[in-house]
Amino acid sequence: MDEAIRAEAVDVAGHGGDRIQAYFAQPLDSTSRPGMVVIHHMPGLDRQTKETVRRFAAQGYFAVSPNLYWREAPGADPDDAAAAARASGGVPDERLVGDVAGAADFLRSQPLATGKVGVIGYCSGGRQAVLAACHLPLQAAVDCYGAFVVGQPPEGFPIAIHNLIDQLPSLSCPLLGLFGAEDQHPSPAETAELDSLLASHGKEHEFKTYPGAGHAFFAPDRPSYRPEAAVDGWGRIFAFLGRTLEG
Amino acid sequence: MCTYLTKCLEVAGSGKGAAGWMRVTTATVYLDHPAHAPDDHTLNVDLLNPDLGPAARVAMELEPRSARQLAEAILALLAAEPEAVTS
Repeated sequence: MDEAIRAEAVDVAGHGGDRIQAYFAQPLDSTSRPGMVVIHHMPGLDRQTKETVRRFAAQGYFAVSPNLYWREAPGADPDDAAAAARASGGVPDERLVGDVAGAADFLRSQPLATGKVGVIGYCSGGRQAVLAACHLPLQAAVDCYGAFVVGQPPEGFPIAIHNLIDQLPSLSCPLLGLFGAEDQHPSPAETAELDSLLASHGKEHEFKTYPGAGHAFFAPDRPSYRPEAAVDGWGRIFAFLGRTLEG
Repeated sequence: MCTYLTKCLEVAGSGKGAAGWMRVTTATVYLDHPAHAPDDHTLNVDLLNPDLGPAARVAMELEPRSARQLAEAILALLAAEPEAVTS
């Protein structure tokens, strides 16, 4: 594979046909390839998320991350956009699904696309990856320590969020879940409940919980970073996508 | 985790943001991932004027202990002044 990639801002059609900006990266060789939608975390479409998009491109995928805060803050810095989105109540689930659908369509429209698309999200994006996979025809989903897929948010949350238990029967694709044993949101008990629910629905899934790791163990610029879990996790992600998207 | 835990309130005052001084009308307070501080979670405060756009913002990210000390200092100062000044 030619190692050159190109990364740039693009417009995609999001929920309701809204034009929103997204960050897109692609290898520059002429091989057909599947796509990955990367859902950014609550701090927005920031440097770390863009690095993740480029990592998928370097690994041979079309990869795109829609800016979920574009409507509240078009053109703003990621941290300002995240603050504006938080102040206005966060991203509604319905809009998230529409934005991921638009990003997936954008990937499928690439001339060399195979048509297979997966989704991955970290933290709040982990829950949103599962949410998207429950409503869209996708081929793979990766949930990295997403809270409130099961479990109940505390009363009084100003940001409207609820668990996805009633939506799990609609999960459209295999799910890889990567979690930390010391995380409380999601806790090991909650990921065990999710494991059980998916099994009862006959949904293909693979979970790994890392001892000694808490939340955000993939984030290299935070104290929560756990290199052993992160290195193993990346290996599992690409092995999983190899089976689900490249087979 | 992304705690989602956020308190929003109306405020009256001014703050100095990237474009200089401005009136601020909204505050959000949340304990969550910071954008800049090298910590897992910080106590974050945004003073905003939404009418001026998302960049009209004064932001801070404090280690929780520092945030508590700041809050106690603010309350102590307010308590020490006559009510006519602080109401």
